[in-house]
Amino acid sequence: MSDAGSTLPTGSTPAVASRPSFAAGVIPSGRSSLWHFLEHQFSRYRTTWRPTIVSGLISPVLFLLTIGFGLGSQIDDTSTLGTDDYAAFVGPGVLAAVAMLQGGQLGLWPTLGALKWEGTYQAVLSTPLTATELATGHILWIGFRITVGSSLYVFVLALFGLVTSPLAVLAPLVAGMVAMSFAAPVSAFSASRDSDEGFSLISRLIFTPLFLFSGAFFPVSQLPVVVSWISRVTPAWHGVEVCRHLINGELDPLNDLIHVVVILAWILTGWLVARRTFTNRLSA
Amino acid sequence: MKMVSTVSPLTEGTLSIFGRSPDREGREIRQRMGVVPQEDNLDQELTVKENLVIYARYFGLSWSAAKARADELLEFAQLADRADAKVDPLSGGMKRRLTIARSLVNEPELVLLDEPTTGLDPQARHLLWERLYRLKEQGVTLLLTTHYMDEAEQLSDRLLVMDQGKIVAVGSPTELIAEHVTKEVLELRFVDGTPTELNALGHRTEQLPDRVLVYVDDGDAALSHMYNEGVHPTGSLIRRATLEDVFLALTGRSLNE
Repeated sequence: MSDAGSTLPTGSTPAVASRPSFAAGVIPSGRSSLWHFLEHQFSRYRTTWRPTIVSGLISPVLFLLTIGFGLGSQIDDTSTLGTDDYAAFVGPGVLAAVAMLQGGQLGLWPTLGALKWEGTYQAVLSTPLTATELATGHILWIGFRITVGSSLYVFVLALFGLVTSPLAVLAPLVAGMVAMSFAAPVSAFSASRDSDEGFSLISRLIFTPLFLFSGAFFPVSQLPVVVSWISRVTPAWHGVEVCRHLINGELDPLNDLIHVVVILAWILTGWLVARRTFTNRLSA
Repeated sequence: MKMVSTVSPLTEGTLSIFGRSPDREGREIRQRMGVVPQEDNLDQELTVKENLVIYARYFGLSWSAAKARADELLEFAQLADRADAKVDPLSGGMKRRLTIARSLVNEPELVLLDEPTTGLDPQARHLLWERLYRLKEQGVTLLLTTHYMDEAEQLSDRLLVMDQGKIVAVGSPTELIAEHVTKEVLELRFVDGTPTELNALGHRTEQLPDRVLVYVDDGDAALSHMYNEGVHPTGSLIRRATLEDVFLALTGRSLNE
């Protein structure tokens, strides 16, 4: 039985020579399964990356142009912003705020789609990949995509002369983390749902306010106390602060470290729950 | 099927695959197994060939080995000319063959097939049966579920009849036919209802709305005997007993959904 496969289809030599030895129990390591998942997503991405990137870039650039420059031209007093240029305040902030929005959106329909409607995630579970690795890869992949898109946006910021520090090269990474900090808990939630009922509501009633109150457009200190605390415990504002500091070079080491830790805590918590809900969803 | 494919946890009892526990050694088991789910879950974003190459990578094949393997399997599945096509425009039979090809990328010792030919036209089914038969001949164990008794008869060495989640019979197709029904079945139609003389002949019969099935070992002999005894059906048909008869005899004719 063990040599059954060697003559299987037409039995050409390369496949025989390289076929994995079953009897020896040669098992790919956990890391390589996760790697193969990312590789798989990357292959899918190759056909769709252009429209994805363009559509991902349109929204932050629009915010930059309309709010940053448009609305900014009507603002005389920017003393509370720590900069005299409103566009330099909004541009970097929008990077993290849009990343949060996009991460959240990717955690809704595309997640339930891959888990339930399209069957693509069920399919890869017939390979050595485990549901935990799948959940991990799912979240990392979202982070990767948003990081790539964010890099282009930072480039656009530079074109407008709004980048004043070389540390800005790190900002897309932070944006990717912000995307994951939303995508992880939202994906965990989506995986526990049987239909997309309520998804639009979540998008409108949770994502949109968090986006507006993220500190990208005005300091959260301007918000009513209760609302400002919502901003302080959710990850978007933390990302906005760090991205802004990286792009204008005015780092606040201790606070920025705390911001990053909060973002990481959200990713970790979301991932822990997502492992469970992904496993339950896929074993049902 | 989901438990055997190590996706669902066991609900009760014990399960061992290749002598390993699906709970603790799912990864090792899946490495040696192929799965063909009931519904094709091919990756629509990838081409036909990519579906095989990318999948093969998960099993640890190098890129070059995965591509070579994909080419072999495309030949096997008669899809070589569609290698660079997208999945969506493929016919149902082609998608099925691609899903089966995908289940073979790791040269599995065991392939699980969940209703492999449901919804396919006769040509597509026969092509698929022929391919599955070739696999079986090469020593790959096939574990398949089906509602089609002709499929079960074509492909299986050992058959398990399940009714309401319980095993009601086990054996080879010929054994099951010998054990549960007779060699031949006489199908008779009468205009004015079944005559009482028929029952007096002592054969096992089954009354259906439009005809009577008579289970006999020699259909010709039984029919001429009937004519001699004064039973004159308006229509008669002698056929070999099939697994379908076994299945209906074991599980009954009422819909159990």
